Amino acid sequence: MGILEIIIITFVKILIIVTMMLLSVSYLVYFERKISAWTQNRVGPNRVGYAGLLQPFADVFKLLLKEDIVPDAANKPIHTLAPIMALVIAFGTYAVIPIGPAVELFGYNIQLVVADVNIGILYVLALTSIGVYAITFSGWSSGSKYSLLGGVRSSAQMISYEISMGFSVAGVLLFSESLRPLDIVASQSGWMWNAIVQPIGFITFVVSAFAETNRLPFDLPEAEPELVGGYHTEYSSMKFAAFFLAEYANMIIASALIVTLYLGGWQVPYIEMAGLSAGLTALIQVGAFFVKMGALLFFFIWVRWSLPRFRYDQLMSLGWKVMFPLSLVNLIWVAVLVMLFN
Amino acid sequence: MLESYIPIMLVLGFAVVFAMAAVFSSKLFGPQRPNPEKLSTYESGVKPIGTTHERVSIKYYLIAMLFIIFDIEVIFVYPWAVEFRQLFAEFGISVFVSMFIFLVVFELGFLYAYKKGGFDWD
Amino acid sequence: MNIYDLIFYLFATITVLSALAVVSTKNIIYSAYNLMLTFFGVAGLYVLLGADFLAIVQLIVYVGGILILILFGVMLTNKVNGMPIHTEVTNIIPASITIGLFAGIVLAFFMNTNWKSVTTEFPATTIQSLGKLLMNEYILIFELLGVLLLIALIGAASIARKQ
Repeated sequence: MGILEIIIITFVKILIIVTMMLLSVSYLVYFERKISAWTQNRVGPNRVGYAGLLQPFADVFKLLLKEDIVPDAANKPIHTLAPIMALVIAFGTYAVIPIGPAVELFGYNIQLVVADVNIGILYVLALTSIGVYAITFSGWSSGSKYSLLGGVRSSAQMISYEISMGFSVAGVLLFSESLRPLDIVASQSGWMWNAIVQPIGFITFVVSAFAETNRLPFDLPEAEPELVGGYHTEYSSMKFAAFFLAEYANMIIASALIVTLYLGGWQVPYIEMAGLSAGLTALIQVGAFFVKMGALLFFFIWVRWSLPRFRYDQLMSLGWKVMFPLSLVNLIWVAVLVMLFN
Repeated sequence: MLESYIPIMLVLGFAVVFAMAAVFSSKLFGPQRPNPEKLSTYESGVKPIGTTHERVSIKYYLIAMLFIIFDIEVIFVYPWAVEFRQLFAEFGISVFVSMFIFLVVFELGFLYAYKKGGFDWD
Repeated sequence: MNIYDLIFYLFATITVLSALAVVSTKNIIYSAYNLMLTFFGVAGLYVLLGADFLAIVQLIVYVGGILILILFGVMLTNKVNGMPIHTEVTNIIPASITIGLFAGIVLAFFMNTNWKSVTTEFPATTIQSLGKLLMNEYILIFELLGVLLLIALIGAASIARKQ
């Protein structure tokens, strides 16, 4: 394929992915509100559209028409830059996550992933570690002590859990022998899902993912009773919307990443025995990816509305004293498995 | 091989344009009526107390310091993990043992820091 | 000139301009921000050289770790935020002599080296060969690296706690 063809195909993929992402984020917010209402025996949003289905759009329009307030004490350039960074990183991470098998379309063999790079998984980890800056800069530049505290807390929390995340991923690499997300999915054929083969790594990765996305029970950066709104206290209008969008986008990425690394990606066990046509199989597999992702997203929301918040010292000691040794044990366990069954 | 990175550049470029458009759109559609009260920092309705740039605790710095060392260790595990199956077929158990020694040596340091209370937050 | 040359000049420009901004801005947070861009530009150059793993390591270790440490250091220091950082002492003549000498030496080497241009296929990924080398020829260095990290960790832990 020539450069021009790659660019055109990539643009089509980007447009599809962006549309899908914006829609899924909007409705994730809607579902979070509905599920929380359900958990607390309330009704939830039900005014805009049928059963409140147009509520996300109403929210976005409201934020769009609000005044963009930048406090006097803030550092203006960095205050503006921080939400942009948060959004760029959230979008950039989508590029390497495969949502389905390769399909034949218009004579091209197209992979259902925007960028099929050899170091895909590390690219995600690298962007996650850059994501710390959006939060640190927003906290520092707002000129408010709540923001600053939220910002530093969040960055310390994120870097602490990056370690156990990194070691858990190393366990997956032992099986896949590649950093390419497509190879990682391929290495989990049948029921050989990593969640079953290496349950400890699965648990440490999921817990770290909760901490990286700042979700309850690890949402100390924005703990309302003590920090008002945390790092985005001083943000309003579309800048706030950017942080909000990035936060939910990160949740979707985390689920997609867990599905890719541990739940077999888009694979459906034994589907090749059903004798379906190639197109139908691909369609079912893409569907399976989204079903798995949806289940994980439901789990994220369920946990948020069921568990209380950790204390900061508990959070740090969980990360360093429990999750890090456990992910190390998982690495050794997987290495032993590979040696036994080679 | 390089052409697989072009989509990444395109995605990042697109993301920058989209994010800037989103953030600056409120300047177009939203009202701009600032006043001193509105532009003061939030402090539950009262005048802000103390300086806005508080010094943060030294503990955050120490966590970042420990993080760098652990981060470098993880980086060295990746090449081994990716190549482990093939190396094991070629050289046998010694590949596992050499990584095990590397990890154990490092974990001695982890234990030392643990006993010293380097991971305590008080 | 093909598209990769264009991309090379893009990343080279990002790297050089942001590096200049690091040393010339008055606000230390802006310096930190520009340093992030410099690291990013260098990572892009590594990718163009076919060193994909090194590029990611550059991002994970330098941007994700060391720069965070610098930022925390800035935030820890009370009066640094927003304050212009300049020293009272400015020795322009010795500085320009030293820099001129250094630049001359670098330029002389640049001109006199017989640069070889090799047009080989890049390997698909470098991480496999890195793993092989680490476990074969550089195994002793690899284990010594574990000891080095141990020493660094012990040092960090004893700075962290004095009891």
